[in-house]
Amino acid sequence: MDFLAILSNAAGEILSPTTAAFALATIGLNVHFGYTGLLNFGHAAFMAIGAYAFAIFTMQVDPTATLGWPVWLSFLTAVLVAIVAAVAFALLLGIPTLRLRGDYLAIVTIAAAEIVRFTMRTSEYSAITGGSQGLRGQDYKGDVDALNPLTGSTYGFGPWAGSAYDTWIRILAWGLVIVALIIVWLLMRSPWGRVIKGIREDEDAVRSLGKNVYGYKMQALILGGVIGGLAGIMFVLPRAVQPDNFATAMTFYIWTALLLGGAATVIGPLLGSILFWVLLSFTGGLLSGLQSIGAFGDMTGTQAGQLRFVLVGLALIAIVVFRPQGILGNKKELSFHV
Amino acid sequence: MIAGGAAAATAADLPSTESTDQYTFQGIIRDGQTPLEGVEITVSGNGVEETAATDASGAWSIGVADPGTYTVSIDPATLPDGISLRDPAEFESREFTTASTSQIGVLFPLQGAGGGGTGGEGGTGAEPGTGGTGGDSADPGGGSAATGTTDSSFWSTVLARSVSGLSFGLLMALGAIGITLIYGTTGVSNFAHGELLTFGGVVFYATTTLVNWPVWIAVIVTLAASAALGWMHDWAIFKPLRKRGVGLVQVLIVTIGLSIALRYFFQFLIGGGILGLSVPRGDILNVGPIVMRTGDVVSMVIAIFVLVAVGLFLTRTRLGKATRAVSDNASLASASGIDVDRVIRIVWVLGALLTGGSGILYTYFIGANIKWDVGFTVLLLLFAGVTLGGLGSAFGALVGAVVVGLVTELSTLWIAADLRYAVALLALILVLLFRPQGILGRRERVG
Repeated sequence: MDFLAILSNAAGEILSPTTAAFALATIGLNVHFGYTGLLNFGHAAFMAIGAYAFAIFTMQVDPTATLGWPVWLSFLTAVLVAIVAAVAFALLLGIPTLRLRGDYLAIVTIAAAEIVRFTMRTSEYSAITGGSQGLRGQDYKGDVDALNPLTGSTYGFGPWAGSAYDTWIRILAWGLVIVALIIVWLLMRSPWGRVIKGIREDEDAVRSLGKNVYGYKMQALILGGVIGGLAGIMFVLPRAVQPDNFATAMTFYIWTALLLGGAATVIGPLLGSILFWVLLSFTGGLLSGLQSIGAFGDMTGTQAGQLRFVLVGLALIAIVVFRPQGILGNKKELSFHV
Repeated sequence: MIAGGAAAATAADLPSTESTDQYTFQGIIRDGQTPLEGVEITVSGNGVEETAATDASGAWSIGVADPGTYTVSIDPATLPDGISLRDPAEFESREFTTASTSQIGVLFPLQGAGGGGTGGEGGTGAEPGTGGTGGDSADPGGGSAATGTTDSSFWSTVLARSVSGLSFGLLMALGAIGITLIYGTTGVSNFAHGELLTFGGVVFYATTTLVNWPVWIAVIVTLAASAALGWMHDWAIFKPLRKRGVGLVQVLIVTIGLSIALRYFFQFLIGGGILGLSVPRGDILNVGPIVMRTGDVVSMVIAIFVLVAVGLFLTRTRLGKATRAVSDNASLASASGIDVDRVIRIVWVLGALLTGGSGILYTYFIGANIKWDVGFTVLLLLFAGVTLGGLGSAFGALVGAVVVGLVTELSTLWIAADLRYAVALLALILVLLFRPQGILGRRERVG
């Protein structure tokens, strides 16, 4: 068992673009659940909408090739299309459900997320969405690659070394994470943020002050959804678009990361995401290492890999029961009352 | 249902017909776990017309030299008796355009007579950029119709799909009543309920297929194990949480954690693929235009019988009345001398028992198969049924589950089979829009 390699792989997750995309998604969910108290169990759908809107626009419209637009303009337009799609989805989801009680919202969002996934993976629209095979990375990465100012072959050191494209995606994704953190921090200390937190604490009290609770909830849903959509783009830039990446499991991992770091804190989602991926990689490496030296008898390597997801589930239970405010959270700011 | 995993693996072993062929159409035709030999597939277009028959492993492959659009069709006459294409209009003949990949997987979804037959499967060649998904992912098209037709006229298809939908709805009702009883008495939306269904299927698989016990013993063992699991749920997790006074949303997230842990534990036990159960599925029956197996008829009868028994239990027995009293108002019930904790414990045992039973029936419904995440696929449909009927109402859950079963099966008349679960979930959202308390629910339950 190569313990150093396991540690190095786990350390590599700290700065990986996937962790950044995940952190971004968790920041979005934090706006929904942590600050507004919305039980959104369909966050993966926002990521899927963002990712597919970005990729399909780039592939089908392709303004660089067909209209001769500069590369930066078509990239930004594709991002804008993804944002618009996420806003539209938030409206579609919010209009019927935001008046309902919390656990109804949970069921509707999880159902809507599965509808999105089923629609993306059906063979019916595979000409556009690629069906269950998804879309190939090289078909939509052209613009972002052309924008890459880095020309060398590798950057970084140790576990954080990567190719020029890889490093460029890291810069973009982590840059977005920082921007999103600053926006959330500023918004939540603004009057708007105080109303949002008030809704989480006592909806009726806020309503009796003459605030349009429904409107504020909708704005929060849209804001978190747009951040989720951007997370979707960042999630697919280092890989391909796969419909099953956006299954409910993804939503639940985002929840685990959020609750681990601490809901209703600015840095919590970031800390939670990094810890989630580092621990997942570490336990995965450790389990397969122990399996390879025969510590588990005749268990196969695949089985050892599945054990870590059992641990994720148990960890989620333990956090929620024993430390619901997470690592950074404040017990007074809990949004666990519906 | 498309068997997972095997697709990518077998694709590599297929014999290539000619070395000059740039593109290869290929796939595997199977009914459940049984490969079908001698089924003829034709690829035509661009001056090529070539026919191949499947070999002993059900695999076929036809190579073409030039890129372009080809029509790939299956000859239904060469399919064995009692097995037909799931949607002949859609799948008998389709056009494929060669793309950058050299191997093109072609899929022919089949339905066995009366059996939720499984489809042929398409393998995909290694494709740069995408991780090979093959059929390994959770397949929403899983669980095909339990009934077929002898002719293909529209109304006999409607009838067959209705029977299949009713059968699906009834088995879901067993699980949905468990969810709704637990919700009614404790306020917990149990997201780990699907795993109780999988548990039933897994134990049934272990007892029938791994140790070869007779079906009736296997059923008893499965039900006993499910009841024990329900007891454990309350004893080890939910009663301590109630005593701690943990909030309902926290408990909801606990059930999600439990669902993840159990699901991957099942995958740990039985692996990620689809496993066939060695259980007799009965003879093929022809009732009017409908073709089904005796096993399907028996499972429908059992479901109806159990549902009537649950109904009588809830309305006629002291315990059932106590359950409904706790469901209505727990503190009032407690004040009237009902032991609320005991009632909740019984509800957990009963809910798990019913859901384990529906897990057994579900393995039959999808053609004597089991997969580690079937419960999670069905869970959202269960919730759709429960919410449609009205959260907390046992009879509502029955009605809602049957409606969901019928909607999923009948929707395949007009839309692609892999979208039918999406239709059921869409129906759920629409009902919440116009009648948030559900069909039989009471207005006061909605905040």
